[in-house]
Amino acid sequence: MSVLFDILGSVGMWEAVLRIATPLILGTLGVLLCERVGVLNLGIEGIMTFGAMIGWLTVYSGGDLWTGMVAAALGGAMFGFLHALLTVPLGLSQHVTGLGITLFASSFSYYVFRLAIPTSSSPPTVEPFRPLEVPVLSDIPFVGPVLFHQTAPTYLALVLVALLAWVLYRTPLGLAIRMAGENPHAVDAQGIDPIWLRIGTIMAGSALMGMGGAFLTLAAFNSFFPTMIQGRGWICVALVVFASWRPGRALLGALLFAFFDAFQLRLQTVVEGVPYQLFLMLPYVLSIVALIVMARRASVPQALMQPYRRGER
Amino acid sequence: MTRVLELSGITKRFGHVTANEDVSLHLDRGEIVALLGENGAGKTTLMSILFGHYTADEGHVRVEGQDLPPGKSRAAIRAGVGMVHQHFALAPNLTVLDNVMTGTEPLWKLRSNRAAGRRKLVELSQTFGLKVDPDARVSELSVGECQRVEILKALYNDARILILDEPTAVLTAQEAESLFATLRQMTSNGLSLIFISHKLHEVMSASDRVVVLRHGRVVAERRTAETNKEELAELMVGRKVERPARPPATPGKVLLEGIDLSLSGKGGASLHGISFRLRAGETLGIIGVSGNGQTTLAGLVSGLYAPDGGTLLVDGQPVQVHDVPHAIAAGIGRIPEDRNAEGTIGDMATWENTVLERIWSPAFSSRGVVRRGAARAATQAIIDRYDVRGASVDGRIRLLSGGNMQKLILGRVLEAGPDILVAAQPSRGLDEGAIAGVHERLLEARGRGAGVLLISEDLDEVVALSDRICAIVNGRLSPAIPPERANAQLLGLMMAGDWTAAAAIEAEASHAV
Repeated sequence: MSVLFDILGSVGMWEAVLRIATPLILGTLGVLLCERVGVLNLGIEGIMTFGAMIGWLTVYSGGDLWTGMVAAALGGAMFGFLHALLTVPLGLSQHVTGLGITLFASSFSYYVFRLAIPTSSSPPTVEPFRPLEVPVLSDIPFVGPVLFHQTAPTYLALVLVALLAWVLYRTPLGLAIRMAGENPHAVDAQGIDPIWLRIGTIMAGSALMGMGGAFLTLAAFNSFFPTMIQGRGWICVALVVFASWRPGRALLGALLFAFFDAFQLRLQTVVEGVPYQLFLMLPYVLSIVALIVMARRASVPQALMQPYRRGER
Repeated sequence: MTRVLELSGITKRFGHVTANEDVSLHLDRGEIVALLGENGAGKTTLMSILFGHYTADEGHVRVEGQDLPPGKSRAAIRAGVGMVHQHFALAPNLTVLDNVMTGTEPLWKLRSNRAAGRRKLVELSQTFGLKVDPDARVSELSVGECQRVEILKALYNDARILILDEPTAVLTAQEAESLFATLRQMTSNGLSLIFISHKLHEVMSASDRVVVLRHGRVVAERRTAETNKEELAELMVGRKVERPARPPATPGKVLLEGIDLSLSGKGGASLHGISFRLRAGETLGIIGVSGNGQTTLAGLVSGLYAPDGGTLLVDGQPVQVHDVPHAIAAGIGRIPEDRNAEGTIGDMATWENTVLERIWSPAFSSRGVVRRGAARAATQAIIDRYDVRGASVDGRIRLLSGGNMQKLILGRVLEAGPDILVAAQPSRGLDEGAIAGVHERLLEARGRGAGVLLISEDLDEVVALSDRICAIVNGRLSPAIPPERANAQLLGLMMAGDWTAAAAIEAEASHAV
């Protein structure tokens, strides 16, 4: 038991939670935005891969770190536009299109990566984001190093949670977005074109996904390898349901998952005689349990996955 | 009189189909104009053009003297045109205030002014007597309340011209009445209204002027005070329409008997000790305000629900197993209340919808394999015999109009030759021609010796078709009266549950006779 308390009491563990959570927060916000406007975006896994690659490549070819983040956001938005084009005006199946985008974007990322870096046994690295100490606040014992000794994209992700909540619940644009996810006919009847609203929102959401991917190469691993997203995109899709499509709860969900992940990593090192794969499984099992508990009361956007065509019901 | 709206020479074609041809009409301030026409006459298309959902091929729209740019809903909203859609354009998971405020502020504003929005909404709802809670979720509202929200949405956009597309299609009779009272009050506040309808009685009672549309053209225009139902019906349909008359009944043995039936919480209401008898060759009409147990009773007789107490006797035998296959096997034919939700499966083919109810009968399947040939032939026969227009055996059934869908349902039920027919709201939402057709079929079934249990909110329909009339109130059934003694006052008392007063009136009437 004391081992568990040691882990839970360590600063490193809690610092890791926020770090692990960052790409999940960004990805979850991205999916949330898309689904709030009524479109499922299963392209996330590929879009994150592409964001990770293009962000890394930009920095590797001499751009600074923020240019890399912007490139990842633009790359994400680009694939978001493709997804939006296929699912919104053309009204194709959102599942199939999303999976197609994931397959395409993942392979395309690897292709571009190999074009740029033809031969290398060990992947080249870049100088990543360094933790930023927030003056004064980072001196608070325990809380300081956990919350205020993070990289800039982590702070950005936290700010984005609040920003997105504000946009969705406090601005006319956010109301229109939520309305489009509930009943696009109502949006149209009020003189807003739901087609463009959906396209724009999907692009914004996908930009967030791209940034989530770039966090991995620019702040966590320093290098790109094609399988690095490792299902994080799918976790984000599940977290949105867990969060009942609310940004605040999305943050909570991402932190919870990250907590299990950080916890199991440390358990692996101290508990002997148990195969480590069992610990690897832990966060996923617990996510499913949490999903079952939370998602039963969730109110799904009513028009989710329903293409909008004018004059048709 | 100020002219607030003018449509001139509107023509709209969809491929080879001309939905509107050279339609001109106008609206003056403070006026209520009814746009009357059968389903498919082009009423909704015309109003969608006015509201900028469609672009007209020819002609133009002028609002208060200004030309309205075509194809832009925003422009129509700005010009003061509000549209209340037949299918509500509301988001069920959002609040009333959310629904009303969507799109009313500049999209890129950093902060929505909800306090001001709420103030305006409350003020409007008081001015126009449209009571609604701004913070209620739309999913918690009744249909009538949803419609209020739709109207408030238009008023919130400062609409001075309001277009209502079949506003009473989903309302109960009471809700419809109060709606028209509200509309009347709106005109005294300077609003001008157009409402689309195919119901003659509401056109007669609520409008100042009637424009009749047939096959996409304006065929007539009348001041409401100078016309009558018969003339309008003829103008609308293009020929004289008469609802069939009911020949005298020859009641036979008791086919269906309910003894002290009770059931709670199914079909949205409860039944408390309902007893009735239905004989061969007669129609028992059940009237009532919706939500008083009609749906529950129809479901019980149809085999959907089992009673908590009491007995249901079919042909003198108590029903042991209350489920649909047994009900069908016992010769109970069912015309469900909601033909889209319960009567058909929209995306399946017409033939599948026709035979699904009896798919296990040897006529349509053997050894677990569907006999497509026989099923399709039976469907084609029904399409021909019941004049189901626009239907093809393999086409999806949701492409049919309401009237034709109902003809198909009637066909599939009557072809099985049921002894007992449960007809729930059989002509709801249908136009005049289609209603006459439905009535004819119901009378035919009765003439053949079937017992018909007619559950309807349409009093004219019940009085015209029934041999005895009961009212259902709070899950209880009133004593039956003969249709000859039915009048508005008596039926009103019956539906209000004041059966002693009703009995007194009836006794008086029977003495007078």
